Amino acid sequence: MQDNYILRIKDLSIDFQTTAGIVHAIRGVDIDLERGETMAIVGESGSGKSVTAKAIMGILSNNATVRSGVVEFHMDNETSETVVDLLKMDKKEIRQNINGKQIAMVFQDPMTSLNPLMTIGKQIMEGVLWHYDYTKEAAYNRALELLELVGITDAKKRMKSYPHQLSGGMRQRVVIAIALACNPNLLICDEPTTALDVTIQAKILELIKDIQEKTGISVIYITHDLGVVAKVADKVNVMYAGKIVEKGNIDEIFYEPKHPYTWALLSAMPDLNTNDERLYALPGTPPNLLQEIKGDAFAPRNEYALKIDKRLEPPMFKVSDTHFAATWLLHPKAPKIAMPEALQNKIQRMREGA
Amino acid sequence: MSETPILEVNGLKQYFKVNRKYTVKAVDDVSFKIYPGETYGLVGESGSGKSTIGRAIIRLYNPTAGSIVFDGKEISGRISKEDNQFLRINMQMIFQDPMACLNPRQKISDIIAQGLDIHKAYRSPQERAAKVAGILAKVGLSPEHASRYPHQLSGGQRQRVGIARALIMNPKLVIADECISALDVSIQAQVVNLMKDIQEETKSSYLFVAHDLSMVKYISDRIGVLHLGHLLETGTNEEIFSNPVHPYTKSLISAIPIPNPKVERGRVAESYDYKTSGIDYGKGKMKLVSGQHYVRATEQEYLEWTS
Repeated sequence: MQDNYILRIKDLSIDFQTTAGIVHAIRGVDIDLERGETMAIVGESGSGKSVTAKAIMGILSNNATVRSGVVEFHMDNETSETVVDLLKMDKKEIRQNINGKQIAMVFQDPMTSLNPLMTIGKQIMEGVLWHYDYTKEAAYNRALELLELVGITDAKKRMKSYPHQLSGGMRQRVVIAIALACNPNLLICDEPTTALDVTIQAKILELIKDIQEKTGISVIYITHDLGVVAKVADKVNVMYAGKIVEKGNIDEIFYEPKHPYTWALLSAMPDLNTNDERLYALPGTPPNLLQEIKGDAFAPRNEYALKIDKRLEPPMFKVSDTHFAATWLLHPKAPKIAMPEALQNKIQRMREGA
Repeated sequence: MSETPILEVNGLKQYFKVNRKYTVKAVDDVSFKIYPGETYGLVGESGSGKSTIGRAIIRLYNPTAGSIVFDGKEISGRISKEDNQFLRINMQMIFQDPMACLNPRQKISDIIAQGLDIHKAYRSPQERAAKVAGILAKVGLSPEHASRYPHQLSGGQRQRVGIARALIMNPKLVIADECISALDVSIQAQVVNLMKDIQEETKSSYLFVAHDLSMVKYISDRIGVLHLGHLLETGTNEEIFSNPVHPYTKSLISAIPIPNPKVERGRVAESYDYKTSGIDYGKGKMKLVSGQHYVRATEQEYLEWTS
């Protein structure tokens, strides 16, 4: 098999210059994404999920500096296939060749990502007209097709609507239609459903899944909701304080988590099947990334922290061919610590529920 | 339950007149009761009128029709000064966005003690400081936080300040309007646990407004499901989740993503569309299913859904 990767991020580090000092938002992130795969990046706010996505899109804010790393992207034209480093390209180049055409992004809030002064038809046609030599008529037909694809009824009438005339779920569908307009190979969804209700959320997620089956594109989901992850993802990356602390297939992450942070995330999920009185709460708050972090960033909140966690940052330990976790607990010399009993029971119930 | 309810809402209607021809019926004929020491959860999608109910109860709106009885006193419409005073002490609200609802130019201690200042509920500055320190400890903040400003706190800490401010007057009813929606998952759990602990201690009642059903299930004793301003189904936590009757409730429950990949991958949420469902909320009456479980339906619909 020739390497089938569409995106490879290696050792990405990003700093932000702020008035309070330098914030180390991303501290060495590695991500591999295969063609047609769905990957989820999970983490708390401030863990660097969105910054990673913005780095891929080349839309980092001006006070960001990339300290190290490469973002390899397999450009796929009809004629040739080339590998480019997105971090080395200048903004103009990315804007012309990558954004929209190769990689498209769906943002969190559909109201702020649409132009209130343009009809949605125009907004969908905009990308096609810019990237390809479509005639206006062809672009119009393409837009109609897209609106039907994302499940908007009465597409012809809707072309002339303005964003404020649509409901939240409809707007997000339009945003997805815009993202898909130029046949991208990679779709990045940055918290696509956080601003929406559960019923609409379910519909949007099912829609993206459906489109993915039809077109075979790769999708990166950025979210903090493990329920969403369970619904859509093939692979999961768990991020904490600018680092990926655990990565693996979805089943490995949900049924055999190894990192204490993943344990905590899974324990904190409210479970509809139990009548426990208390919800597990992770103590403390995420670390301040203004300060240089010594040792494991999660150690202060980790009840299973070892002495070495305070001195040395754990490397990625291999659990299986696809499953890695950065915790000293996996070191051969580490004491054998099992995951908390409550979580074991929960996972047991999850397995049985399947 | 034979106790007298702390809050009784009867046939509450809240209309907003947009122009001469068009009136938004944000809340239409909603009735429910909250008993002392219990948590009542109101769920529904955005625009279903759940926040409006909370705001109408605390007199931020003037209800179009219906009565709201709090602790034996009618509190909708014009009320006497004493009743108003009583209400302002005994009913408090926690807001959604902890950054937007705290005055950025006031210290935490002043924000929390504002209620005490207004109602002159202390005899000396020492007593005021002691009360503030007491409530800070209760919500899990340290005494040095009292001299800080809101921007110096994290999201979870700010929401704790919001809770402390609501609880300092020892209210009988707290209205929590989406108070955890803006917080991170791990922080949400902290805040929910805190609210539960405090309730155990103070025995105050909560009206918990949220759209996240899984959290509502965790904190509430009884739940009311709202859609388009109508209360469609109400009952205890268990009655609603194990035996949902109304199709809207069913679709709402089926839409909650379950953090279990094997189950979730193949599952498709039930869809529900009011326009095509053929149900007219206005026609239905509240029908008793069992225990405290009521559903809004006509005779025919009820038979159809339960058979």
